Formats: sequence, structure tokens, C-alpha cells
Amino acid sequence: MNQSAFRAALLDPDRPVPPGVTDPEGRPAGSRFDVYRNNVTASLTEALRQAFPVIRKLVGEEFFTAMAIAHVRAHPPRSPMLMLYGADMPGFLAAFPPVAHLGYLPDIARLELALREAYHAADAAPVPADRLAALPEADFLSARISFAPAMRIVRSRWPIHAIWAANAEDAPMPRERRAEDVVILRPGFDPAPQVLPDHAAGFLSLLQAGHPLGQALAATPDFDLTATLGILLSGAAITDIALETAPC
Amino acid sequence: MFDAKTRPDLPAKPGVGYKPQHFTDILENPAPVGWLEVHAENYMGDGGRPLAQLRHLAERFPISVHGVGLSIGGEGPLDPDHLARLKRLCDWLNPASFSEHLAWSTHGAEFLNDLLPLPYTDATLARVVGHIDRVQDAVGRRMLLENPSVYVDFTETNLDEIDFLTEIAARTGCGLLLDVNNVYVSCTNRKTGWNDYIDRFPHHHVGEIHLGGHDAQADDTGAALLIDAHGSEVTDPVWALYDRTIRASGAKPTLIEWDNDVPDWPVLAAEAARAAQILNRVAA
Repeated sequence: MNQSAFRAALLDPDRPVPPGVTDPEGRPAGSRFDVYRNNVTASLTEALRQAFPVIRKLVGEEFFTAMAIAHVRAHPPRSPMLMLYGADMPGFLAAFPPVAHLGYLPDIARLELALREAYHAADAAPVPADRLAALPEADFLSARISFAPAMRIVRSRWPIHAIWAANAEDAPMPRERRAEDVVILRPGFDPAPQVLPDHAAGFLSLLQAGHPLGQALAATPDFDLTATLGILLSGAAITDIALETAPC
Repeated sequence: MFDAKTRPDLPAKPGVGYKPQHFTDILENPAPVGWLEVHAENYMGDGGRPLAQLRHLAERFPISVHGVGLSIGGEGPLDPDHLARLKRLCDWLNPASFSEHLAWSTHGAEFLNDLLPLPYTDATLARVVGHIDRVQDAVGRRMLLENPSVYVDFTETNLDEIDFLTEIAARTGCGLLLDVNNVYVSCTNRKTGWNDYIDRFPHHHVGEIHLGGHDAQADDTGAALLIDAHGSEVTDPVWALYDRTIRASGAKPTLIEWDNDVPDWPVLAAEAARAAQILNRVAA
């Protein structure tokens, strides 16, 4: 028995039990081998159930379980870090014909993945909330912002926050299609997604890439800076403000 | 060969597998639980609530770190990234014990999330010994190796499981984790004697005992097939086997494992109390 043969039979119920794997009398192991098949499939399906509660609600428990088994067979985990299992789910959903009519599912999966990453991200203390507002204008424009490791931005052509909230928090399902960009922040231990003002996601991406505030503002179409900064400050998102030091 | 350093051991009391839903209950009403065990892989994130809760508990209880993803019985090399994560966790937490399984779970780049069985031969023995040497070197600690629950046999097996485990302990300096429920499950499934297994076990190597619940099924021939499910109370035959174990070995740190359909705290604490009765009777 080599482990390649054992593994191949584990994830393919149509394959026979590998040779040399037996019951106590030396007969082929039969349903004894199925214990391992069930353990692998059931435990990984359960990991996906926990990872994607909103997807589960959107497609229904029974459908989700069948879909998760197909996902497990196509994309087994590539690390024992099951807390991050499911990175292939958005692509899997986008290519899974039975959910082709639910075009927003891949983006909802990306949102749920980002929530889980935020939950396990490193802790970081925010700067005092008034520090940014207290800067003279020249310093403000030259400032480079460091963000909390938990911060995630998910951009979508679909109302992903509204759809997420309708299923995670019993808000009504959105009636019309619109684009929503979401920022996830974790001021305590619980990550919270919030809708960003139009164009704010692009602005934040420039800041994340290390551009100073003034450059990021100049490169972004008119948007609600006050609301955006309010979201960042209340979400404990800003962990450092680096000012341009004057050359000696 | 690992050079065991002096460090505080787990107390010879009952412990439980930590579940986050019991966090407040454990702090307010821990008796008779004297220590906690966590699955290493659940605490390999960078921060957030899991690590904050664990740090809080570690200030109050001895902690055992129990890995479920190292694949010590695997044909391929150990995953260096996973070894580095284990070292980071153990360095940060300084647990009283670190343990893993005689099983494999990774094949190639895939993690299969089950404790899969291996045949017992000279070749697999050499491979497991090499892997345990590597783990103890990389993590910088002595580890305990747990006997598995098995559902199948292998025609190529030509070494006895107890001889296999004893030889591993002798060659690597690792200790053993004796899972009494696994003994009962495996011996039932293999149609061998569980009392005999306990009587022959090298108890001087044992640093920790596990107890847990199992499910009962039947195989294609109608023979009993027990499943190590960790979703119910410890059964009476396993309590009897634990009693026999403690009489043979003396009091040992004893964990109640309950990982699925996790009950309210009083149910779990009652299981720990039952273990405490047996431990106290032997100590008295």
C-alpha cells in the first residue's frame, strides 16, 4: 500500500479500496475504508460550512453540502491551516453551472473569506482619533498612512454588503442591482463590513500602496473624504501616520 | 535523540479540550478541571480573539498543545512552514506539553484533515523516527506521540503496534500519549484484546492519557466497527479500561476530548469529575 493509492481512493468513491488494506481476516476492507472517506469529506465540508455561512443561506443547506463535496474533491486544502481553507471558492462558484444565475455569489465568497482573514489578523493599536485632524495642511497632504493588519477591501459590481447583511443580519434583500465596495475593519475582535463611499476604495488602495494623502486625493475623483475618514477612525484602522521629514 | 529539558509538566488531574463556547464557564467554575488542551492548528493565526483568549487561559491553567496536522506518518517530508508555525506557537505559549499523532494527513501538497493509518514495518518505523527527530529539533521540545484509532489492517504490517510505539520512544526520546478510547476502538475493530493491550503498554513512557466518546457501527460482515467520533460521553467499557490503566500506571494527566456536538460546560465538567474519582482512588 502506498499513500498515493490510499489518497486517490479517499476522494473518489468510485475507486476500489486500495490493495493490501483489509479487515482483520485479511479480506478487502470494504466499508471499513469508507470510514476514512466519510471523515475526510465530512470534516472538510464542515470547514466550508463554517467558512461560508452567507453562501450557505443563499443557496440552502442541502445544495451547499452537495456543492461543498464537489469543491472538496476538486480543491482539497493545501495547508493544515483550515482557518483559511476556501480560497478557491470564489473561482469554483464562478465556474459552477448550477449557480450561474447567482452572479454575485463569487463576490460574497470573497467577502466571507476577507472576514475570516480579518478575524485572525494580527492585533494593532490605532493612533489617537484626533491626530489626523490636528495636522497642519502641509503635513496632512504629505502624510503616509499605515493600516491595521485586519483591514480588507472588497470591491464588487454587486450590492454585496446589502446581500451579506440580508443574510447575516436579517436585513431585507436589496431590490436593485448597484455596485458596492466594502471595507472590513476590526476595532475589537469582531470584523465588521461597511459600505465605502463611491471612489473611496480606490483612494484607500493608493494609501495602502504607500502614496501620501495629497497624491491619493489628487488621483481620486471627487468623493466623500470626511465620511471615509470617519469609517477608518471609528474602525481603529489607522495605526501609524508618517510625516515627510524635512531634508537636513 | 531529544535532550529533555526541565519544564513544568501537566498535573496528574483531569483536563478538557478547550472550546471557545466554554471560555466564561472555565474561568468562573473550572473544578475539577486542572488543565486545558488546544488543537495547535486553531491557534496559528496572527492575532484576534483566539490568541487573546488562549493567552488569558494560559495565565491561569497549564496548557497542552495538541497538533492534528503534522502528518508524522506521511511518506513525504514534513512541511517546514507548518513546523515553523508550531515552533512559533510553542515559543509564544510555552505549553506544559506538546503532542501529535501516529498518523498521516498530508499527501503531496494536499491536507486531507483526517488521521490516516499506516502499516507497521521496519521501513515505516524508520520514517516515523526520522520525522519525530525532525519535529523535536525544529520545535525545540520533547513531544508525546498518540496511539491511533484504526478501522483497517494492512497486509504488509509485520510489527505489533505496541512494539512500534515503544521502539519509537526508545529511538527518539519522545514520550507517548495513551488514548484509552483509541485502544478500545482499535482493539474492537481489529478483534484483539484491549485489556491485554493496556497490560502490555509501556506506561513509563506515558505523559498524558486521552478519553473520548465513540460511535458504534457494523462493517459489511456485521462485525462491530467503532468510530472515534468525540461527540458523546465516554462509554462504560472505556471507563473500565481507564481504571485498569490508572491501576497499572499510577495517576496521569487525563484529557476528556469532546469535539463534535459539544455539550454545555456542566456535562463536560461531569466527565472530568468521573476521571478525577478514578485518579483520586488510585492516589489514595
